[in-house]
Amino acid sequence: MASRMSRRLLLTLLVVVAGALLLAPIASADLFSPESGGSKNADDIDWLYKATFAIALIVFIGVEGVLIYSVVKFKARKGAVAAQIRGNTRLEIGWTVGAAVVLVVLATLTFVKLDSIRNPPDSSPDGLQLADTSRRLPPNGKALNICVNGQQYIWRYTYAADCKGGKNLGAPFSYEEMVVPVNTTVTLDIEAQDVAHSWWIPKLGGKFDAIPGYTNHTWFKVPGKFATKPGGTVFFGQCAELCGRNHANMTARVRAVSVTEYQAWLERRKADIKAAEQAAAQQRKQLEGSTANSNPAGPAAPGQNPARPTDASSTQNP
Amino acid sequence: MAATVEAPTTPSVAPLPQVVAHRIDPAPTGWTSWVTTTDHKRIGIMYLVLTFGFFILGGIEALLIRLQLAVPNNDLLTPQTYNALFTMHGTTMIFLFVVPVMAGFGNYFVPLMIGARDMAFPKLNALSFWLLAAGGIVFYVSLFFSPPECGWTCYAPLNETAYLPSGGVDAWIFLIHLTGLSSLVGAINFYVTIANMRAPGMGWGRLPLFVWTILTYAVLLILALPVIAGAVTLLLTDRHFGTHFFDATNGGSPLLWQHLFWFFGHPEVYIMVLPGFGIISEVLPVFARKPIFGYKAIAAATVVIAFLGLLVWAHHMFTTPSPSLVLIFFMMSSFLIAVPTGVKIFNWIATLWRGTIEYTTSLLFAVGFIGTFLIGGITGIFVAVFPVDWQLHDTYFIVAHFHYVLMGGAVFAIFSGLYYWFPKMSGRMLGEGLGKTSFWLMLIGFHTTFLVQHSAGMEGMPRRIYEYSDIKDLAVLNMISTIGAFILGLGILVSAINVLISLKKGPIAGPDPWKANTLEWFTTSPPPINNFDSVPRIRSVEPMKDIRRQVLAQTGGTEASPAPTSVEAGRLSAHGGGEH
Repeated sequence: MASRMSRRLLLTLLVVVAGALLLAPIASADLFSPESGGSKNADDIDWLYKATFAIALIVFIGVEGVLIYSVVKFKARKGAVAAQIRGNTRLEIGWTVGAAVVLVVLATLTFVKLDSIRNPPDSSPDGLQLADTSRRLPPNGKALNICVNGQQYIWRYTYAADCKGGKNLGAPFSYEEMVVPVNTTVTLDIEAQDVAHSWWIPKLGGKFDAIPGYTNHTWFKVPGKFATKPGGTVFFGQCAELCGRNHANMTARVRAVSVTEYQAWLERRKADIKAAEQAAAQQRKQLEGSTANSNPAGPAAPGQNPARPTDASSTQNP
Repeated sequence: MAATVEAPTTPSVAPLPQVVAHRIDPAPTGWTSWVTTTDHKRIGIMYLVLTFGFFILGGIEALLIRLQLAVPNNDLLTPQTYNALFTMHGTTMIFLFVVPVMAGFGNYFVPLMIGARDMAFPKLNALSFWLLAAGGIVFYVSLFFSPPECGWTCYAPLNETAYLPSGGVDAWIFLIHLTGLSSLVGAINFYVTIANMRAPGMGWGRLPLFVWTILTYAVLLILALPVIAGAVTLLLTDRHFGTHFFDATNGGSPLLWQHLFWFFGHPEVYIMVLPGFGIISEVLPVFARKPIFGYKAIAAATVVIAFLGLLVWAHHMFTTPSPSLVLIFFMMSSFLIAVPTGVKIFNWIATLWRGTIEYTTSLLFAVGFIGTFLIGGITGIFVAVFPVDWQLHDTYFIVAHFHYVLMGGAVFAIFSGLYYWFPKMSGRMLGEGLGKTSFWLMLIGFHTTFLVQHSAGMEGMPRRIYEYSDIKDLAVLNMISTIGAFILGLGILVSAINVLISLKKGPIAGPDPWKANTLEWFTTSPPPINNFDSVPRIRSVEPMKDIRRQVLAQTGGTEASPAPTSVEAGRLSAHGGGEH
């Protein structure tokens, strides 16, 4: 009975631990670490995770091993007498310092990688050629800036260098799917219109909260290989901060295309929006003519009705 | 008044320590005696019954959540119901189960462990309980109109009337106020009781470790609760009296809410797990038959954790717009808190080392606690590294992490305490067979549920979503998780059945069934209303061991443990208690 108990204890704990490790080959590659591959910051976070995981695994196996060993080994047996030990100062100082050293190592690894995760690099020579901006994020000061605006329950992207004070009126925009050129450093100004949201495309790096009244920043730079497919590559993500009932449906896509494709897409967007605005203006004129003073709707600002297309250009979802 | 038999007071022979407790008045019966009681033991039992009731409710909510998530694109629940369910689950488990259940154990056992006859303020103690009950009722009646849908963190500005106009959020605010007042009053009571009512000789260095953790719990509650009380008051005025504290469109700051909430919310984590640590520190030495390893280190680690716990709150906010320096500070402080926590784990394992371990259910839960909580502690290091947290934050990785901490660190400890102390509270033993079945079901169910959630989170599944697409491994991971949740639920059910059976049919426990170390075992089970007529002078951190040793020495082994005399009225001489 007693030995069966100990065997069961050992077995269960082993199964639990080994089960996780055995799952590895049959599952997808990123089952045991965050998503990566779409941008260098995501890759660096993945590296940092794996380094932490390696250290954690050693600590885990060591501590869990000693725990299981002592529970099995020191089970009460006839004639066994418990050692009346009350402590061991050296040992206790030892493991306190040991724990601290592990954490110093982890902190060092974090600081080593921090710069390349936090700060964007320059665009590649074959990326989109940009003019200097006031935003000095990459070393050469050139980045493609996109304003990301979270609203219940959709993401709006404005392709403008400045997201504040209505200067981006008239700039091209899109909803849900962001289109970006590869090899180009893209910086994001993340804002929210109503409640808090969180911008997250796992393969393109970490998440950043969109909080009303604040602007958050992140960046990504998609390698050129992702533009070789026709239509580019789509990276999926979704809002990561509870924003209301349909929080689960607030998805986001980033489609990485070649530089020329991006420029063509941008021109097409501009033309589409202009056409939609003209159509809306015409309609308004007709309505104003028929029912004078009864329509309180102002001029169609971007972000209002005509600006919520189902986005015909984004049909290449895998 | 029962008869009193004085022990001989010969100065040369120390009197034989005996369980000396007897009823003074006939114990009141009937439901009114429970409603009007100020006895710490009855209040403790009411706390435990009420909070376990809420635990069952919170568990049912969890199972509904898991049913909805069992398959991709499920439409079992509406988004509204789903959001209400996880809000109620989190709020129930934190404010109506883990925090007050510790107050329940504390109420029953702190006075007994320090040799006191009641808490310092018995009426305040009753008030604490009834405020808690009121908080729970106010919150749960919102089921009949519209429950809150903003999660237990209820972030601004989603919590404003513009987005959640119904009364659910207001019910939540009142729950925070009522349970907060309950805990605050209780915390002051614990502090005063522990500071002033310890048995003679029980210096701070001889205080049982569970009492140390309850003391720390009380101090943390006193420091943290006023902050959340202030925050929800600001929210209340935002919602109903036209202020804009958290409304960015009118110059308020949603981030202010997050700071205030987590300044309370992180100490709250330690409020929930520290008493659990205390239970483990009591249970392990008893069943390993060894003194606790490094008493001072464990007590000191408790205090250090509490202090550092006040300095790590913004690690919940790594993804908010914050300067790098802030992120680095909170990463380092979160790293720092891992050191005393690790020290505790090492000390517990060292307590088991070279002991003679008895595999009681209580001990199994304690060992299960260490093994499980360790994983929660290690994943805590992952999320303290803030660039890594940028990927993991608000995903199922976090859900897994905090369930490892709270389920592993608090619930397993609570069950260990339940199996350990049930004989004292009821006078009867819990069934060991059912207890062990329950333990294995809970352990396997728990790890099946939550281990895979780490992967679900890293594959891109955020928390608090009512449905997910069938991408990557999400379908299989979530199905495993749901199956595990039902195994876990079954394990808890087995323990509930065990308790119900044992209340009527359990074997009689006697005063000291475990040969334990602390004073609560130096009285009958259950203890009489005044607990002890007198307690011996405390000479070590294990007074019961001293008493047993003294009995053995004086009776020459004919009486191995201090049993009540045949008339149940022996009295240890209060004035002849040996050397002073």
